[in-house]
Amino acid sequence: MSTSSQLLSRRSFGRLAAGAVGTGALSACTTGGGKPSADTPLRIMAINHVWSQAIRRRTKEFEERIGRRVSMTLLTADQLASSYNVKLNASGTDVDVMMVRALQEQLLFAHNGWLADLSDRVAQDEEFAWPDFQKAPRDASVSGGKVLSVPVVTERPALYYRKDLVEDHGGPPPTLEQLMATAQELTDKRKGFYGFVGRGQRSGAVSQWSSFLYSHGGDFVVGGRSGIGTPEALAAYEYYGRLLARTGPPGATNMSLEQAMPIFAQGKAAFYIDADAIYSSFLDPQVSTVRETVGFAPFPAGPAGARPHNIPSWSLGISKFSLLRDDAWEFIRWAAGPGMTADLQKDGIPGARTSVWSDPRSLASFPPDLAEAMRLNAERGLGYDRPRVLQVGRARDIVGRPLVAGILGNDVRPVARDADAEFAGFLVRDNRHKES
Amino acid sequence: MSTTEVSPARPAAASGTGPAPARRPRTFAQANRRLKWAMLTPALLFVGLMIVFPLVYTIDLSLTDAFGAVNAGKGYVGLQNFTDALGDTRRFWPAAQRTLVFTLGAVILETVLGLALAMLMRKPFRGMRWVRTVLIIPLLTTPVAIGILWLLILDPTNGIANHLLAGIGLPRQEFLGSVSQSLPTLMLIDVWQWTPMMTLLLLAGLTTLPEEPEEAARVDGANAWQRFRHIVLPMLGPTLATALVLRAVDALKTFDILYATKGAGGGSDFEVETLNVYAYGLTFDYQEYGLAAAVLVLFTLFIIGVVVLLRRRGGRKTA
Repeated sequence: MSTSSQLLSRRSFGRLAAGAVGTGALSACTTGGGKPSADTPLRIMAINHVWSQAIRRRTKEFEERIGRRVSMTLLTADQLASSYNVKLNASGTDVDVMMVRALQEQLLFAHNGWLADLSDRVAQDEEFAWPDFQKAPRDASVSGGKVLSVPVVTERPALYYRKDLVEDHGGPPPTLEQLMATAQELTDKRKGFYGFVGRGQRSGAVSQWSSFLYSHGGDFVVGGRSGIGTPEALAAYEYYGRLLARTGPPGATNMSLEQAMPIFAQGKAAFYIDADAIYSSFLDPQVSTVRETVGFAPFPAGPAGARPHNIPSWSLGISKFSLLRDDAWEFIRWAAGPGMTADLQKDGIPGARTSVWSDPRSLASFPPDLAEAMRLNAERGLGYDRPRVLQVGRARDIVGRPLVAGILGNDVRPVARDADAEFAGFLVRDNRHKES
Repeated sequence: MSTTEVSPARPAAASGTGPAPARRPRTFAQANRRLKWAMLTPALLFVGLMIVFPLVYTIDLSLTDAFGAVNAGKGYVGLQNFTDALGDTRRFWPAAQRTLVFTLGAVILETVLGLALAMLMRKPFRGMRWVRTVLIIPLLTTPVAIGILWLLILDPTNGIANHLLAGIGLPRQEFLGSVSQSLPTLMLIDVWQWTPMMTLLLLAGLTTLPEEPEEAARVDGANAWQRFRHIVLPMLGPTLATALVLRAVDALKTFDILYATKGAGGGSDFEVETLNVYAYGLTFDYQEYGLAAAVLVLFTLFIIGVVVLLRRRGGRKTA
């Protein structure tokens, strides 16, 4: 048998390779730019959260409404952010509805042109009732004059406390000063019991610390310049550092929500300040040993009063590269509409619509003291819990450094001075990026 | 015997006129060369797409000010990113130092322990199969799962490690929760996971060594240490050098276990931020694609430098 008969000639090999490349390119064009078929699912990427779990349980109803299958992917916040980075950098058409953090990613995504403009859709849809959304979350949805997302979950800090331990100290502390004093009295580190637990990770702690900052009269940016070197910010850094260093558990600087929450749930701390949206974790008998004794209170007042944050923690947007933008908008109309928001809030998931918050029936599912704390915090709250910049991650890393120094028991002043200078330089660069 | 063969005539229909000219005779070697390229092409395409293109693209990106999105209006800035990275004493140089400390600490411990275990397992003993099976378990587990497992074991408040320490009267430790203990703890976790690989590699090397030189030394009165130092170790040199290079490169690139235990940014005080973690943060948390690419190019050069150094040293020892 001839050997040559099995071979590809140079020319035929070239034809084969060109054919393969051509076919690949054509198929890429078809999937990338063509009209999606009826079988193409509406792809939703979301955070693994009680809100998205509740929506996933109801998607059948939506699928019947639009006659298209829905594919919902639930990820952690970090995974979600990384997935968006990869998929949208590649102009991927495989994401339609995106669950985004309006305060963390939206400005950057707007800068990159990754989110579809929803301004006309929200304005022209009376049934959707855009003015019904609370002002702070609605404002956070707008970047560069365009509505780029619709808020679905809101969040404020709640003071979780142990009723059985705090009763003798006159109930939940109304001020930060009293919180410090009671937490110190209740701390017994030798027995592994701590007066206070909270986030201590450099970046993760910043959003919760923001309420301490505002309540001390400070802010991240004051008059367009870094505000983290001001006496008010310094006092807030020192307070939070002292609170965790003196009354907090060991290893606090490695703690974010996932590490801090179980410590309170397992009855090892008297006070815990974190998002009110996680309250159900302490009422779940499978994870909580404090369900009978947990109490809820508004954020305590600092020298500048009680000024917690009241933010849209998660919103829905539409990818600019989506080929199913109309269906994606239908999903948002359905998932963030007045009816669904009311239904979900009745299930204990705090929404962003004013009408829902003013309806006592929608608050009936929350424990009464929590509902009152949420109402008060929403009334007093500021609409952001982190610097409003393009590179939020970098800003949080800078702002969080003095926090860590305080928790480690080091002198906060030199670190805050250094961070202030770095943050000032950062703001200049960030503004330059915004203008580019 | 001639290897020349005559190809069948080209069909008339192909040219359209008259009888087709006979194809040129083709040697077996020529045919073989073409077959070789045809067979190699998929692999070459794969290497081109998966290695050469990303590498070239990374180098190209490192010369730009790409920010936010990879393709969003980037401009070429020459070597500015490299200058910025090399001038950054706050993050880059400490990260490079940690990378080196982590690699050196972990690899030295793994080599010493691995060699000791391999020497112990050199002679067959009862239950050897079980020991080998147990040794392989850490190698089979994914680093992220290992990270989470150790995070639970070493949790300062609820972890079993502190309960055990308290049980024997030792003070509680913060392990991964502490700024100062995190890097050493992670080195020990790396040692726990990768010492078995060193053991197995070195054991494989030891079993191939001839027994005669050692026997001769024993007859001449050399003790166990002298035999190990002057006979076994030099003969094991090539295996040891290969194992060291493999492990060192792998340790330099460690990322998953650091990320799984300390999160983005390498901990609250950047205590475990190595060059890998730093580059990841620049890319996914800061969206500084140009600078991140420059750090990765520098990191690649750093790895190549280490490999060349280790190979030279290994080569000199074994020469």
